[in-house]
Amino acid sequence: MAKKSPEKGEKPEKLINKNNIRIDGRKLNELRPTKLEVGILSNADGSAYIEQGKNKILAAVYGPKELHPKHLALPDRALLHCRYHMAPFSVQERKSPAPSRREIELSKVIRESLEPSIFAEYYPRTSIDVFIEVLQADGGTRCAGITIASLALADAGIPMRDLVSACAAGKVEGHLLLDLTDTEDKAGEADLPLAFMPNFNAITLLQMDGKLTPDEFEQAVNMAVEGCKQMSTLQKEALKAKYVVKEANEE
Amino acid sequence: MNIPAMVVRVKQKRIAELISHGKRLDERGLDEYRDIQLEVGVIERAEGSARIRLGKTEVMVGVKIETGEPFPDVPNEGVLTVNAELVPLASPTFEAGPPDENSIELARIVDRGIRESKAITLEKLCITPQKKVFVVFVDIYVLNHDGNLIDASAMAALAALLNTKMFNYELKNDEVQIKPGYTQLPIVNHPVAVTFAKINDKIVVDPWLEEEQVMDARITITMDKDDKVCAVQKGGYGYFSKEQIFEAAKIAKKKSEELRKILVKS
Repeated sequence: MAKKSPEKGEKPEKLINKNNIRIDGRKLNELRPTKLEVGILSNADGSAYIEQGKNKILAAVYGPKELHPKHLALPDRALLHCRYHMAPFSVQERKSPAPSRREIELSKVIRESLEPSIFAEYYPRTSIDVFIEVLQADGGTRCAGITIASLALADAGIPMRDLVSACAAGKVEGHLLLDLTDTEDKAGEADLPLAFMPNFNAITLLQMDGKLTPDEFEQAVNMAVEGCKQMSTLQKEALKAKYVVKEANEE
Repeated sequence: MNIPAMVVRVKQKRIAELISHGKRLDERGLDEYRDIQLEVGVIERAEGSARIRLGKTEVMVGVKIETGEPFPDVPNEGVLTVNAELVPLASPTFEAGPPDENSIELARIVDRGIRESKAITLEKLCITPQKKVFVVFVDIYVLNHDGNLIDASAMAALAALLNTKMFNYELKNDEVQIKPGYTQLPIVNHPVAVTFAKINDKIVVDPWLEEEQVMDARITITMDKDDKVCAVQKGGYGYFSKEQIFEAAKIAKKKSEELRKILVKS
């Protein structure tokens, strides 16, 4: 992350004004305007798309399917495979399409955040592939990626314990706030991405970098969990929206 | 870490059962670390080095310092690079080849602790702004894997950095000329990682290999010397409740203070 170069253009002097309103007009605990769509790729078994502020991200699920190479197969459950990848044009300065160390790490933590939600034991010796492509990035892409990957898994008809919703909290100019943009993240003191299964009160991804006192850390976790709950509502609406549209077409 | 099930089922069951009664197979308390032995300056060719034994887990860290170019967004700061090698001699599950996701994750967790706590005053490693800075390479070398590589590596990395001596230099026509004598690398913070495993819905610190094989999930909390949380990473296929994470943060504060005493006096 430290290797990313800053956005070009003038950096505003203050990101939060004295009325606790952020530079993009949001309140401290407000998510960015978020649009979710389910089932938008015809080849994939399941797919979803998110626009969250300037973030534009696609996720697709293929599987359960036969696993190659076969020796990787697990005798008692499906192998979840996950690839988080950023398009070269998704950031200010072109990113090499080869997977970076950051992308490899994120692919791992995203897989581990989704794993608790699926009944992988129903499909032994198979693989379920999750692909997340970041088309445009503006902070919080791993969280947005998890949110839609979970929707894509549901869309693929994979049995799930719960939807996984994700959202970051952080600290900027001494304030704790929700759903940081790239500018806020870079200027901020801390960033804490979190993924959550609301029905189990289960945190399936938690990372943090920056500096927080133990009290602030607890508050930030609580704030991110609340953000995830809001995101969860949006996810359910998006799934229902697809279902309703389908029914109308069939008539 | 992703390790095939090698522990006999019976033993796995025993480990999990004991933990639900607040006990561990190796008779440690749930919040007790294994014995720690630390040596510094073990590699004379490196500018700084340390070797740690955490129970049977063994990690060596070497620090090398070279000159290089700064990143364009921070032209007057030195560069910190952390890399981890899971050397094949350390475990039957490690294979030679380019770093896999486990070694990348390990390196990035250690990196985050050092970077986010601002342990190294990187501004002091600038030679010529925009052109030449010192690059600090922290290379983690796992020699024997018996669990909790993260804490062992983070401790060895900090010990090695505290032990690092930079060569003196002067600039002649923009070229770095090495002068006799050394100065200490400017280390101003001491981040310490504390890793927990969740087993049978209980959290235990410093899991050893067989505990890692039965754990549901793992969380690492890195605290700096002012008791601030500076890095967190959850791993593994399971999950934590909010309450478990807050409990872990409290234990991490206490444990990091204990561990820091061992590291900073050496």
